[in-house]
Amino acid sequence: MLSFVAQRIVKGVIVLLAIVVLNFFLIRLAPGDPAIVMAGEAGASDQVFVKQLREKFGLDKPLPEQLFIYVKGVATLDLGFSFRQQAPVAKLIGERLPATLLLTLTAFAISLALGILFGTFAARFAGTFLDTGITVFALIFYAMPIFWVALMGILLFSVTMDWLPSFGYETVGANLTGLAHAVDVAKHLIMPAMTLGLFFMATYTRMTRASMLEVKRLDFVKTARAKGLSDAVIQRRHVLRNALLPVVTLAGVHSGTLIGGAVITETVFAWPGIGRLMYDALLQRDYNLLLGVFVICSAMVLIFNLITDLVYRLVDPRIEYAT
Amino acid sequence: MKQFWKAMLKSPSGVIGLIILLLAISVAVFGPMLFPNSPWRMVQRPFLPPFTLSTVPLGTDALGRDVFAGMIFGARVSLLVGLVSTLVALVVGVPIGAMAGYFGGKVDDALMRFTEFFQTIPSFALAIVLVAILQPSIYSIVASIAVVSWPPVARLVRGEVLSLRTREYVQAAVVTGQSNSWIILREILPNALSPVIVLASLMVATAILLESSLAFLGLGDPNLISWGYMVGAGRTVIRQAWWITVFPGVAILISVLGLNLIGEGLNDALNPRLSREGR
Repeated sequence: MLSFVAQRIVKGVIVLLAIVVLNFFLIRLAPGDPAIVMAGEAGASDQVFVKQLREKFGLDKPLPEQLFIYVKGVATLDLGFSFRQQAPVAKLIGERLPATLLLTLTAFAISLALGILFGTFAARFAGTFLDTGITVFALIFYAMPIFWVALMGILLFSVTMDWLPSFGYETVGANLTGLAHAVDVAKHLIMPAMTLGLFFMATYTRMTRASMLEVKRLDFVKTARAKGLSDAVIQRRHVLRNALLPVVTLAGVHSGTLIGGAVITETVFAWPGIGRLMYDALLQRDYNLLLGVFVICSAMVLIFNLITDLVYRLVDPRIEYAT
Repeated sequence: MKQFWKAMLKSPSGVIGLIILLLAISVAVFGPMLFPNSPWRMVQRPFLPPFTLSTVPLGTDALGRDVFAGMIFGARVSLLVGLVSTLVALVVGVPIGAMAGYFGGKVDDALMRFTEFFQTIPSFALAIVLVAILQPSIYSIVASIAVVSWPPVARLVRGEVLSLRTREYVQAAVVTGQSNSWIILREILPNALSPVIVLASLMVATAILLESSLAFLGLGDPNLISWGYMVGAGRTVIRQAWWITVFPGVAILISVLGLNLIGEGLNDALNPRLSREGR
């Protein structure tokens, strides 16, 4: 088990390194002088800043050396400086990371719980009206663009019914503390998390349903039935547990999409996370910040993938840790 | 072929999906001819609510532009970007997957590491970065969507080729001294096609969602109106004018739904064994 974890971490680090290298070439893919690209539209007119960048990244030196300087910088968590925000990129990201984690993890938990629940129901009552209803709902949520779901949520729950706040992380100027603050944040969290979660809920519902129907027909389920186990026990202990394996894999594959969805969701709800930061960087053509957020997003996906791999190994009864 | 259509028309989701797609395509192709109103031109007072004037049935946006005209012209962009970027992704993904599966060994290892790498990168974030750096245009949008969507194709094709390679008819072709490219192109790929077609139909749907999300964030082609751009533009005035955001979103929803349904129908028609298992 331990060597497996070590192996995966090494692999992850290599991929991350490759992403950093890709990043390096992306800056040079943009038309024009990389120093001016990095400075962004705001900083490009400031000659001193551009000169600083040129010196720092050794832009007059040969390409391999430039690459080395860049990778070394990222390795020491120096992601450059955002001229527009007048702050180091790493610091900006660090401040925003907790909000994004809160949002994505809540959305993930909601989507997984509801998805498995609905998928199980649909499979249990396959072919009935309930199954058709769940399937149709899942299909529709699967086809809705996240930004539109977010806006419809605002239209319905903020504008029309006035139940939930439509933007931000907490009520500005309320200065709440303790429990009242937590409740306030939770109120602000509901809509973004539901928006982000619904799409993935639809995916997990479909996957769980299909997977359960497939496992149901396998021989070991017949054996369990022949042993005289009750239907509920068979469904829960035998079918569901095995049917969840592809769902776990899917969750890992989807972590990248989850981050992408967070960019949209945070933008619409003005949620102060790194997705919103990415949007701001985009609007201001602040490339250093944009690429910094991109590297951190990739790192998050890698970590998430590692975790799902571990969970898979824990859930799957067929894999042993001898290796 | 006849059998295929028969099976496709038997699947209810396939039929509904086909109807939706045909409708969307005819709107994209003929709509602009019937509706010469330019989507960028002011035609009425701003914020005209829908269903008040028959000439602008879905109302106008914050600048007095016709929402209905925007939706019709937007269909072109969505479908075009969806189809072309999927085609490009297939052109990249199929050869990589086929080579990895056919040659195996080190070639397979190298190509699959490369594919996995692209699959790990958060796709939407990469698409944003690419379009932002290359400057938004229809070409950069198609290119970045293709860059983020080819890995699943490569993996699927590799798997198919891997299982087909050991079949007797392929072995026979090897024995008769056919070249590798002939075997891949004429013997293996045609038999690996059906799952690829199913995947491709779903990819068009995903590409449309991606394009609309990019346009929503302001990364659309500035010369072409698209559904995502319209929703993005209407976002700030959603409290006064719901229709500017609601209608284009419905258009995206329906087209994506149609393509997903076609994917399901194709799956039923091309892999009848699998679809029966689903019941």
